[in-house]
Amino acid sequence: MKRISWPTIVVIALLVLFPLVVQSDYYRHIFILSLMWVVIGSAWNLLAGYTGQVSFGHAIFFGTGAYTAGLGVTKLGISAWWGMLLGGPVALLVGLIIGWICFRLRGPYFALATIAIGEIFRLVAIDWRSMTDGMDGILIIQSFRSKLPYYYLALALAIACVFAVYLVLRSKWGYYFVAIREDQDVAETIGISSFRYKSLSLMISSYFTGMAGAFYMNYMAFIDPHVVFSLHDISIMAILVAIIGGVGTLWGPAVGAFIMVWLQEIFRSAFFGLLPQWVSEAHVLVFGLLVIFVIRYLANGIVGDWSKITGDWFKKKQLSYSSSGN
Amino acid sequence: MNFFETQHLTKRFGGLIAVNDLSFGVEEGEIFGLIGPNGSGKTTVFNLITGSYPITSGTIQFKNHRLNGLATWKICKLGVGRTFQVVKPLRRMTVLDNVIASAFNHTGSLHEARDKALQALEFCDLIEKKDYPAKGLTIGDRKRLEITRALATEPALLLLDETMAGLTPQEQTEGVELIRKIRDAGITIIIVEHIMHVIMSICDRILCINYGQEIASGLPAEVANNQDVIEAYLGKD
Repeated sequence: MKRISWPTIVVIALLVLFPLVVQSDYYRHIFILSLMWVVIGSAWNLLAGYTGQVSFGHAIFFGTGAYTAGLGVTKLGISAWWGMLLGGPVALLVGLIIGWICFRLRGPYFALATIAIGEIFRLVAIDWRSMTDGMDGILIIQSFRSKLPYYYLALALAIACVFAVYLVLRSKWGYYFVAIREDQDVAETIGISSFRYKSLSLMISSYFTGMAGAFYMNYMAFIDPHVVFSLHDISIMAILVAIIGGVGTLWGPAVGAFIMVWLQEIFRSAFFGLLPQWVSEAHVLVFGLLVIFVIRYLANGIVGDWSKITGDWFKKKQLSYSSSGN
Repeated sequence: MNFFETQHLTKRFGGLIAVNDLSFGVEEGEIFGLIGPNGSGKTTVFNLITGSYPITSGTIQFKNHRLNGLATWKICKLGVGRTFQVVKPLRRMTVLDNVIASAFNHTGSLHEARDKALQALEFCDLIEKKDYPAKGLTIGDRKRLEITRALATEPALLLLDETMAGLTPQEQTEGVELIRKIRDAGITIIIVEHIMHVIMSICDRILCINYGQEIASGLPAEVANNQDVIEAYLGKD
């Protein structure tokens, strides 16, 4: 196996040192959320970016993971940390069943089915009050006051998820996933059971997304169906994270996660209180404009088109240099 | 029993009978030509063999397996490879990765799959273009990639669907050589082709069909001189 490259080590080292240098709970919080979104974005990217099965329903797995942790506390009386262990497998099981039903559909029809199932999960979580306490949500007591344990847990999850995707891509599974994305009919004729391998991809993806959900329950200490089964705040956010960073690239979702979480925070706080409060309502609009910009000019995302970004700038500098030289 | 055999193979699309009671056998090591005018059902026969379409009635036998009702990927695992008439490269992968993906058919190790893929590329003379993105290949090389990819699955029976269409005469000559080389490597071939001098020069036996039915079969010279075949292609006076 190839040695891990220098930039990777530097980035990981910086992330490890970050909370030791930056004492502010606010910035630590933003980084914790960003790292959580690295996990969800990378997980979504494995299924959609590499296997070609676009999901609009990753909130299903996030919410399932979160509720596994939460219900462990309210129904079984066990610690929410068990969720970190159980959230992944339970989400995986849900993924397996959804895949078994939905992978009979291709392309946009699969995407539509995932939206529908996502909404079903949200509505069931709202209405099944005896189980979930509906919109009252689940409130637990945080284990730690300090952000540090949560930060390092989120960092470990993010590294584990990106590394898992990296390993998968260098295996038979990775080749099979990409072959299915490129042409499912060809994949079948070269001996690939597209159903089996799409299911495997979904299982890995839902496992990590479920872990992220369980982490969210532990960290935020409060969940309700509108938060964790949200179509636009979770399912679509996962897609945006990957699109901005670069669909079908290893590091794209990681970059996209930090950009999107920061953008969301900048708008939520109306540019840290510098602009009038109504600006905070505009974040969805800005996300929309950003997506239009990225799709129009950087169709492969920031990571996927990085050479284009730097190349274009380099070219422009050269042009201005040569014209001034003349 | 034949190496490969269909019996009373029939496929209906609603009221249209695309393949009608077709029985033929292929012996091991043979190059078997399947010819017929446009729309006569040749590609449909391939799609039935590989399980892309469900069979209406009849049976398909390969070695000692019945292929009826098996999934396409299982049929590939049993040793039937195919190429597509309309080439289908895995566009956003390199040529090498295209072939590695299919070389995983009988191995789980990337190292082994890579070795097999390189061998197949070498065999098909595509090795120099291994790092090209598949979407950047010329039509000739795309056809070659189709064949390489099918070979990398290590088939015992290879179905070639118009691999010569759209090629220059020079490329056709190279293609014929490649097909002979594949047969000499011990792979049985069923080939669908429109270019007559190609089919006449490489096939051991030929089956001509029209409207999904057999109209003639036998040695190339016999089929070429058969009155029904000439009428099917050129029409009656």
